[in-house]
Amino acid sequence: MTTAAVKPATMAQALQRAMRDAMAEDPTVHVMGEDVGTLGGVFRVTDGLAKEFGEDRCTDTPLAEAGILGTAVGMAMYGLRPVVEMQFDAFAYPAFEQLISHVARMRNRTKGGMPMPITVRVPYGGGIGGVEHHSDSSEAYYMATPGLHVVTPATVEDAYGLLRASIASDDPVVFLEPKRLYWSKAEWSPEAPAAVEPIGRAVVRRSGRSATLITYGPSVPVCMEAAQAAAAEGWDLEVVDLRSLVPFDDETVCASVRRTGRAVVVHESTGFGGPGGEIAARVTERCFHHLEAPVLRVAGFDIPYPPPMLERHHLPGVDRVLDAVARLQWEAAS
Amino acid sequence: MTVQELPGSAAAAYRPTPPPAWQPRTDPAPLLPDPEPYRVLGTEAAASADPELLLRLYAELVRGRRYNAQATALTKQGRLAVYPSSTGQEACEVGAALALEERDWLFPSYRDTLAAVARGLDPVQALTLLRGDWHTGYDPHEHRVAPLCTPLATQLPHAVGLAHAARLKGDDVVALAMIGDGGTSEGDFHEALNFAAVWNAPVVFLVQNNGFAISVPLAKQTAAPSLAHKAVGYGMPGRLVDGNDAVAVHEVLGQAVARARRGGGPTLIEAVTYRMDAHTNADDATRYRADSEVETWRAHDPIQLLERELTERGLLDDGTRQAAAQAAETMAADLRERMNADPVLDPMDLFEHVYARQTTQLREQAALLRAELDAEEEAR
Ligand SMILES: Cc1ncc(C[n+]2csc(CCOP(=O)(O)OP(=O)(O)O)c2C)c(N)n1
Repeated sequence: MTTAAVKPATMAQALQRAMRDAMAEDPTVHVMGEDVGTLGGVFRVTDGLAKEFGEDRCTDTPLAEAGILGTAVGMAMYGLRPVVEMQFDAFAYPAFEQLISHVARMRNRTKGGMPMPITVRVPYGGGIGGVEHHSDSSEAYYMATPGLHVVTPATVEDAYGLLRASIASDDPVVFLEPKRLYWSKAEWSPEAPAAVEPIGRAVVRRSGRSATLITYGPSVPVCMEAAQAAAAEGWDLEVVDLRSLVPFDDETVCASVRRTGRAVVVHESTGFGGPGGEIAARVTERCFHHLEAPVLRVAGFDIPYPPPMLERHHLPGVDRVLDAVARLQWEAAS
Repeated sequence: MTVQELPGSAAAAYRPTPPPAWQPRTDPAPLLPDPEPYRVLGTEAAASADPELLLRLYAELVRGRRYNAQATALTKQGRLAVYPSSTGQEACEVGAALALEERDWLFPSYRDTLAAVARGLDPVQALTLLRGDWHTGYDPHEHRVAPLCTPLATQLPHAVGLAHAARLKGDDVVALAMIGDGGTSEGDFHEALNFAAVWNAPVVFLVQNNGFAISVPLAKQTAAPSLAHKAVGYGMPGRLVDGNDAVAVHEVLGQAVARARRGGGPTLIEAVTYRMDAHTNADDATRYRADSEVETWRAHDPIQLLERELTERGLLDDGTRQAAAQAAETMAADLRERMNADPVLDPMDLFEHVYARQTTQLREQAALLRAELDAEEEAR
């Protein structure tokens, strides 16, 4: 890449660029996973890294998720910053033991003596017609584990900025990549990449006064579209993109809800035991006297991720979001 | 190879050929363990063992046994939440730890406090996990001892990763990962050995086969000829050693460490030993094993084996014996005394080491606990 011109870039390219820049700046950054080398990952997110930095820095590992993350723990103990790719959401489960028992709590076990600066990249979520085990939204499992940061970008710029921040973080980060946004494009200059923000700040993607849509990752574009459609009905919706689920930006979220008095949480993950329950509870605890209606949730159904030909019925779409917004108005009027 | 004939006349002309790409990747024969565990004590080889090493091992074994006894006694006094004794296995613990250089790393399981102490760890700090005042009571980097690991086999991939990272950095560091026989059934055991072999990582895996995983005997754990045989499937050498023979353990470990250090890759070592005490102080071993079996192993006690050799070579007089016992006694008295003092804990530490930078959520929770503590203080 030699031209500095602003041209459309995909989220996958921005993620690749983030790893490339991090590896160029810091020789302790190592990328590892299944097929990340020669192939460049099944989504091509690590494309070219092995060629540029060698197989010792971008390593095709044996096919074993616990082994990948477990060896990354040892590498981190010796001063490296591993960036681990889990091929698909549901294939990260074999690594849960290492993640929960060691990655998340090594700092704590050792009173700060052994930090774990590991980034675990997980392509997640549905909408790409994947067969079973290729579309899970597993964020609630990660959120329930103290010691982990959990972040998920929704834009090309954030993909770059958040991944740089994650790799630079001295704490382990589960970096959830909304795989159906991999090919979403934006005008973006890889030569002058976006600012690297600290992890933990939500952003208001669209401001409005009638109600707040609280969302993240793959549901952000859905909410933006819903907000646009709602405008035609006279509802002026604000959209908050969380970007980071842990830590949670209570401040931005609550400031918005206090302004609008109404909130809907939107995500693909299941509703029962899902992130929306936590978010709704936090908002209710903090903003109860500002609320004019109960905090509603629009989530995936409480079912194992459906087969691809039925996934459109499961995924929260614009209509379901608008229906919830309509219910908010109704609750307020009654 | 015999050509198998298919039934029917036309089959007579059939000559199977190997698939085009197939060739053996490694000759398995040199990887196979010897049929008998390797021994030194009681054999002719013992005569050439270095007297200084023998005496050092002896002193450490005696100290280790006393440590186990003292720690077990501390559980009865409620000073330790639990203690998994390694009585009977001291030769493995000590022989292995002493085979490492200072720059090497040890990855112990919950039972391997002796190995950690043999590497220089403060005996009290080695018990922090089991005492319950924090999870790890020492700085892992100081003596290069990873935290004592409770989930079985999960420390093995860490050892591989660390050794691999060291090699990438150009350091000739070796990692020793210790595990029990039951732990070899875990998936992480497989993944760690496979990674180590594929990466040619400088790691030594030591399985202490002490006969049982809590109550389950080896026969219900694996159908492999021996645990050392598992090495062949990964393409690394497997070695069998008498785990009660401190000299043999030290020698076999030393060879594997040297081999790893010079780039020869990982080794899997099975030390055949026996757990003389119950799994922990909380376990009742009479439910799953006969006293007679324990007695057979008592005759093969690691300290006695070494004492016999030392005596035969005139290296062990009463003075030496007493000096070792005295040193062990001093250690035990010191341990007892320091463990009898109540540890000073700061509850606010609960929030200190979760993240590098405390989250707002944790700051709020820390404030809550602070207020509770202040109220408690005031009420007093
Ligand atoms: C993953 C996991 N499962 C179960 C346990 C509970 N557990 C603790 S020790 C033990 C037996 C281990 O036996 P072995 O590996 O032979 O080691 P030993 O205790 O004999 O040294 C079990 C089942 C555990 N610690 N970790």
